[in-house]
Amino acid sequence: MSVARFWRETPRRYNLGGSKCTTCGTVYFPPRSVCPECTSHRQSIEKMVPFQLSGDGEVLSYTVVHDAAEGFEMQVPYVVALVQTVEGPVLTGQVVNIEPDGVRIGLKVRATFRKLREEGKAGVIHYGYKFAPAEDPPVRPPAGRPAGVPVSEAPARDRAPA
Amino acid sequence: MEAGIVSYGAYVPRYRITPTEIGRVWGADGEGMGQGLNVHRKSVPAPDEDTITISTEALRTALVRGAIDPQQIGALYVGSESHPYAVKPTATVVAQAVGATPNLTAADFEFACKAGTAAIQTCLGLVGAGMIRYGVAIGTDTSQGAPGDALEYSASAGGAAFVVGRERVICRVLRTLSYTTDTPDFWRREGQKYPSHGGRFTGEPAYFRHVTECARRTMEASGTSPKDYRHVVFHQPNGKFPQRVGKQLGFSDDQMRYGLVTPYIGNTYSGAALIGLANVLDHAGPGERILMVGYGSGAGSDAFDLETTDELGRYDASFGRPVQEYLDQGVEISYAVYAKFRGKIHMGEA
Ligand SMILES: [Zn+2]
Repeated sequence: MSVARFWRETPRRYNLGGSKCTTCGTVYFPPRSVCPECTSHRQSIEKMVPFQLSGDGEVLSYTVVHDAAEGFEMQVPYVVALVQTVEGPVLTGQVVNIEPDGVRIGLKVRATFRKLREEGKAGVIHYGYKFAPAEDPPVRPPAGRPAGVPVSEAPARDRAPA
Repeated sequence: MEAGIVSYGAYVPRYRITPTEIGRVWGADGEGMGQGLNVHRKSVPAPDEDTITISTEALRTALVRGAIDPQQIGALYVGSESHPYAVKPTATVVAQAVGATPNLTAADFEFACKAGTAAIQTCLGLVGAGMIRYGVAIGTDTSQGAPGDALEYSASAGGAAFVVGRERVICRVLRTLSYTTDTPDFWRREGQKYPSHGGRFTGEPAYFRHVTECARRTMEASGTSPKDYRHVVFHQPNGKFPQRVGKQLGFSDDQMRYGLVTPYIGNTYSGAALIGLANVLDHAGPGERILMVGYGSGAGSDAFDLETTDELGRYDASFGRPVQEYLDQGVEISYAVYAKFRGKIHMGEA
């Protein structure tokens, strides 16, 4: 994708910028200039306003990708999902911050800002939305001394030499 | 009304690696290394995370928590030594991603690990002068140590964003004071992937002298002593330096309890002191005095004499994650996965 084309799509890729019909309230993403839901399409043209999605939604369906698209080799296996946003539109996006076997239909997700791809080592870096679980699935605590324990209460062997 | 902190947010990537695992690969005593540094694990960014994405996540959290209209942000500065581009600002992408463009000034700050605290000082000036309504200061890094180098055991990723304003201030800035000299303790030349450091020189004449002098001069100017502060936050390149400098200055472990986060997430460089401050604010109540002293190699320290306000009691920090979750949680990965995520594996050219 050209630098110029990606740049023109920045508002929707960065900020989930869609549009809303002020007559019937339907939200569109990507944005539309006409509302197909309204009986008078012509009248709806002036009734469409920019609308930013909150980024909250839930997984409607998903697939685990093992054969990576170009630029995604480091992330295999990764999850691509259809996300039903709370405002209505269904978005396609990668789901990160979760192992593939943790994803399920109905999982509450929230939009997160990530690198989408790089145009080689010298080219421009493209950023945009992906999705992450709205609440982390429980994971076992990492190794080492638990956080928030004052040094004086920690086992002596954990103490750094002064 | 004076300028102060009106909102904040922090973000730390979810992956973790232990010094033991790093040492296993290099035939070194990783566990001993971790204990010596007082670093039990460090955060690792996913392949699709960098200083821009981490800064954006931290700032989005801050804006939602403070119910701040991004269009009212008049200045946005990102302090880092790992900006994704050598030329093209991090700050413009972050500003666009939070909806703050186009009516604002934006720039990237660089001063090793204290670029974020320098950005806070700049925002305090602009807000205090009445030139802007809100100023945003972010400190974030995704720094790397050369494979096998001592820095590899601690260099991690994370960041925090602070919104400076005059209305609904949750933490007043009673004083800020800096101490700056030309000291060659740590550097990275243009085009070099990994930094160089002056070995033992990084300690006494650099970190300790600057942090100690800056803290002492700040307390002298404020007429305070360590016992006047409920919390203290130091720059923390490892878990050991801040403990030692705190003891030298006369602070107790209890005062350092919440401000010391590096043992659990590693050294986040420009993010380190700011994530520590975010953790302090997560745990603090109104009317608590805080001393924060940042440090950047090269070298300089910025100190902040802070006091939380009654407004902190009304502040809704429920959006986003408290720092404590980042300290407690995380997904451990092997050195092989770490090397893949950090681009240390040579893939060949297609
Ligand atoms: Zn309509």
